[in-house]
Amino acid sequence: MLNFAKPAAPNDDKRWRLVDSTMRRQGLNPRGLIEALHTVQEAFGFLDDQSLRYVATSLRVPLSRAYGVATFYHFFTLKPAGEHTCVVCMGTACYIKGAPQLLEAVHKDLGLAPGETTSDGKVSLLTARCVGSCGLAPAVVCDQEVAGKVTPQQLRERFSRWTRP
Amino acid sequence: MTPDELQQIAETELEAQHRFRHRVHVCVAAGCLSCQSQSVKDALDKDIAQRGWGEHCQAKGVGCMGLCSEGPLVSTGVPAVNDRAVTERMYKNVVAADVGEILDSLEGPPVSRLVCPTDIPFFQRQKKIVLENSGAIDPERIEDYIAADGYRALIQALTEMSPREVIAQVVTSGLRGRGGAGYPTGLKWSTVAKSFGAQKFVICNADEGDPGAFMDRSVLESDPHRVLEGMLIAAYAVGSTTGYVYVRAEYPLAIKRLRNAIRQAERAGLLGTEICSTRFSFKIDVRLGAGAFVCGEETALIASVEGKRGTPRPRPPYPAMEGLQGQPTLINNVETFANIPPIIRKGGEWYAGIGTEKSKGTKVFALAGRVQNTGLVEVPMGISLREMVYEIGGGIPDGKKFKAVQTGGPSGGCLPTEVLDQPVDYESLARLGSIMGSGGMIVMDESACMVDVAKFFMDFCMTESCGKCVPCRVGTYQMHRILTAITNMTATPQDLAMLEEFCDLLKNTSLCGLGQSAPNPVVSTLRSFAGEYKAHIEEHKCPAGVCRNHTHDERPEGGAV
Repeated sequence: MLNFAKPAAPNDDKRWRLVDSTMRRQGLNPRGLIEALHTVQEAFGFLDDQSLRYVATSLRVPLSRAYGVATFYHFFTLKPAGEHTCVVCMGTACYIKGAPQLLEAVHKDLGLAPGETTSDGKVSLLTARCVGSCGLAPAVVCDQEVAGKVTPQQLRERFSRWTRP
Repeated sequence: MTPDELQQIAETELEAQHRFRHRVHVCVAAGCLSCQSQSVKDALDKDIAQRGWGEHCQAKGVGCMGLCSEGPLVSTGVPAVNDRAVTERMYKNVVAADVGEILDSLEGPPVSRLVCPTDIPFFQRQKKIVLENSGAIDPERIEDYIAADGYRALIQALTEMSPREVIAQVVTSGLRGRGGAGYPTGLKWSTVAKSFGAQKFVICNADEGDPGAFMDRSVLESDPHRVLEGMLIAAYAVGSTTGYVYVRAEYPLAIKRLRNAIRQAERAGLLGTEICSTRFSFKIDVRLGAGAFVCGEETALIASVEGKRGTPRPRPPYPAMEGLQGQPTLINNVETFANIPPIIRKGGEWYAGIGTEKSKGTKVFALAGRVQNTGLVEVPMGISLREMVYEIGGGIPDGKKFKAVQTGGPSGGCLPTEVLDQPVDYESLARLGSIMGSGGMIVMDESACMVDVAKFFMDFCMTESCGKCVPCRVGTYQMHRILTAITNMTATPQDLAMLEEFCDLLKNTSLCGLGQSAPNPVVSTLRSFAGEYKAHIEEHKCPAGVCRNHTHDERPEGGAV
């Protein structure tokens, strides 16, 4: 530990600089692990072995702890998302107002279950605990855009637009 | 920043605002933004510029106006002297194409097809303290907040009061933690103030994990400076120099506005070193949560701020003695901090005059589910559940019958018709088998199956259990298994007895609040809706007709045991 030197970035992808700057801002302190993982996910879309290893060794955190943190929190994902993402809110208000029917509609049409991506990598279906748009239940977040009072029909149309070749 | 400079900024800003004869406010909080309120705001800006009205008409993006279900909301009006609130007219469901008509009608009669009546109980029954600026100020400009008496409480505390006097005011106010447990805020502050440590921390808990609750997000999006001011006053009172806001990564807009507010406050000399030329220094950093409900528990939150898995640890020692990095740490909820500036400004006595004997002040609720008016409301403590559902909520739509109101999220309970006349305060809700919680209030009508609802919450607790202690990790799994069997009509009466036993076990042996309160939805539905459980088990039918329709039974990946 005495001669600790921060390892070099895995490759010359410019996005590593963002990760480095987040880690430096915390003084390469192990306490900055979650912040660093947030930056990786923001820059690369997901956390893979390489990035977890890099962040862990840079912050002097055991690999097991980095992996533990990455898998403990729902927000982090270890696999790349599809081109489009659709997050169905499963909060109480949305549940009462028909979110399960939305999932059912997608399942019927595309055979997608929550957490899965279509085989062509076009669309990912995810669920959220609550997106906080309870006044507009049921809410769906399509490509970062919140849509309220969604009906299964509307969601079907959105999916068919996305999956069209 | 001196008191005079603050006054100066406020006056300049007010003068600038009064130059505009007409004001049009557009809600740009997350609820209305998801109904394209930004395009309404852009259309307004464009139209005003085209008409050459820039001199006397201002379009302003403001925070949440409350009635989220009717968004985008727009309010217009000529402000009265010394009255900042623009409430003369409110329009609902506005789209970009309507803005011309709205601008045309500023002086004349309102656009009748868009009018949203403001004399309904939804608006009239509210008493706004935390939300006083929501819908009135631009959340992205510090000047607007200062013009609304912002940061006056901080300067008053720093220049005229000792830390002990600040705490005394908070004690007098009777304010209790708004995160759910209702621990007296003044007591917590004085414990931290008395604790000895090389450094002390102040943490704002904005990890609003309860499904169906969006109060904290709304406050951060509509009035972020208020939270910062509350934290600053707390830091001065307990002697802290570093603060963190732990906010959910799922709230990008709240994070953006919070970061922006921190930058502005730093630039204005209200955050940083030697604030207002006193010896008080304080800095605030944002920490992002990553989607773990258990991190709302304070020891788990501390672990998460330290970059670890969010698992709780036994208390004592309480964070007030040994928290972040082993130092005394004050943790309060967003809404608690947001209550502080008015308490300092108007005095603890004033605040103590609102509410009931043991629950003082107001509480913000996120009213959602099967009611006519859904959105954000702030009401005095002690209001009855009936008033919440039928007056403010406007009753149940589609001619359906009320069945239950759920408070407190997954840790709370479902309250039936019989208790609708009970007041809403910490003690009453606890007596009825629910909790105040952070303020989610979800109304259910006869189309909801209470066993299914209990299963929904148990599924939540099972997935969110951190796995550290066995009663919670295994108990929630087993309870969910039995509830699934009941909704699949395959359960036996023995299962029901077992379920009740689990309720008792989890409550008494779990490590933290998540496990201890996980049985609450089951206990409360068993108490009030035992008939529904019986119907599933003995008659193999679901009275509400919900069960068996679920082909999409969400299961955790991998399982919990």
